[in-house]
Amino acid sequence: MIKQGRCWKLGDNISTDHIISGKYKFEAINDINRMLVHLLEEVIPEFYKLVRPGDIIVAGRNFGKGSSREQAPRLLKMAGVGAVIAKSFAHIFYRNSINIGLPVIIAKTIPDVTQNGDIIEINLVEGYVKNITRNVVEPIHPYPKFIEQLLNAGGIIEYIKRYGRPPWRESTG
Amino acid sequence: MGLIDRIVSQVLQRDVTPGEVAVVRIDLVYAQDGTAPLVIDVVENELKMESLAAADRGYFFIDHLAPAPHIPAASVHKKMRNFARRYGLKLFDAGYGISHQIVVEEGIARPGMVAVGADSHTPTIGAVGVYATGVGSTDAAIAMVYGELWLRIPETVKIVLTGTIPRGIYSKDIILNIIGEFKTDGMIGKAVEFHGNVLTDLSIDSRMTITNMCTEMGAESAIIPIDGVALKWLNERGYTVARRIDTENLGEYIDTVSIDVSKLEPTVAVPPDVDNVVSVDEVEGVEVDQVFIGSCTNGRLEDIEVVARILKNRRVSERTRCIVAPASRRVYMDALRMGYIDILIRSGCIVAPPTCGPCVGAHMGILAEGEVAIVTTNRNFTGRMGHRESKVYLASPATAAASAIEGRIADPRKYLS
Repeated sequence: MIKQGRCWKLGDNISTDHIISGKYKFEAINDINRMLVHLLEEVIPEFYKLVRPGDIIVAGRNFGKGSSREQAPRLLKMAGVGAVIAKSFAHIFYRNSINIGLPVIIAKTIPDVTQNGDIIEINLVEGYVKNITRNVVEPIHPYPKFIEQLLNAGGIIEYIKRYGRPPWRESTG
Repeated sequence: MGLIDRIVSQVLQRDVTPGEVAVVRIDLVYAQDGTAPLVIDVVENELKMESLAAADRGYFFIDHLAPAPHIPAASVHKKMRNFARRYGLKLFDAGYGISHQIVVEEGIARPGMVAVGADSHTPTIGAVGVYATGVGSTDAAIAMVYGELWLRIPETVKIVLTGTIPRGIYSKDIILNIIGEFKTDGMIGKAVEFHGNVLTDLSIDSRMTITNMCTEMGAESAIIPIDGVALKWLNERGYTVARRIDTENLGEYIDTVSIDVSKLEPTVAVPPDVDNVVSVDEVEGVEVDQVFIGSCTNGRLEDIEVVARILKNRRVSERTRCIVAPASRRVYMDALRMGYIDILIRSGCIVAPPTCGPCVGAHMGILAEGEVAIVTTNRNFTGRMGHRESKVYLASPATAAASAIEGRIADPRKYLS
């Protein structure tokens, strides 16, 4: 998987409340589409309008901390965010993102050198993240095999739709 | 091997190593009305499943918006009831209480189990020796459909609680101090296992507050090995262990940390983050518009008892309002029977039904612009309980009750004889 996109730079400790506040989530709990206008609004007003397909979020430590709400990564993906790079991720957000097919990448130095608007390349085939604007490259750890399979399929649901089983189960066909 | 590794090793009948990814049979899986809509969507609309492998181990809880404050919530609740009926899932409707409280007090979560909950505070139930982790809706759906899930076995940090708990200090103060130490990302990728002589003085109620808030350090799970206190609690209720796990010679932790509780002060987490902790004297006098006592963190009988003890023959300040929500119907009934609810009402509290509502800014006490609250819950993020320009301070039920009397953040020790 190779992606290139414009960066939105965020800081440390962006919580799922920042991504989609509980009050808006619960007001629109029966319809995720109605939550979209509130995406990240307290961090970047009107983010949902400003974000372009394929944009990449680059953040600091503990991205997605807090609630288990899967609406957080789902809304980022719905808005067009192509991937999130962070120094570390809260584990539920990390799992949720993989499950829905949103690449989440741990990088330790790229977040420090990256500014808003930089062009970022993610190359999961060769295993690096590059800030093209500033010409900085950082190698990244490969995903475990079946996480890669999930992401390539577009998430676990798409995987199961295609193969009729989750990746850890033996094929019966 | 830590307790969590032992539980998983016993389930898989082979030794696991922290860091490895394993597919594990799930003994208990649940979701609540904030996360269930996407569970339903995955099972019914996306995967079009006719049945659930874990139907007899799966539960739905209507606790976040209970009872429904608006039509979107009512629609979700209706869907949850229909889904539960169709797939044979047990549903705890509005009024029963908060998921983590129910699974423990009803004996659904039993020692030695592996549990996943579509709620970030699922590690709460580690207080009764369960390996429990929070997941999202898709994971909960997969666990319900297949009865199993991939889990990355976390490394375990051992925290040893030593010393003697001073008067006016509660398990909430202990865990807030621990979070202050490790910060909100200090336990990412890890689990916490608690030991130490202090545990002998901590009831299951108190322990659940500690395991509950390990989530706020990024911990994937938190667990307390079954000891005499827990065994007594289980025996009194006729509950049994799900798996007998050998807790002799637990070891090989990634880190071991000792925390002496003897010198702790009543502690407050100042907005906008949970690790922003100070002694109560540093924020004493901050005016509060609302007090909330409840949630999966501190809505249990012991919490309501101390609040009633402090409020007895006293009044909630006219400058503030104090909302108390028992964590479950059982807690509510016990509090009624003990006369606590009577004291709370007479002192001017609003007693709400069991609900997560105010904690997540959903209903039953939303904050207006510029308002300040002191609450017994687990998160003080910006705008958590309402308007983005509102503020939330976290504290123990005793500190919250003292603050309700004064209408300002107050030290509870002067009200405890």
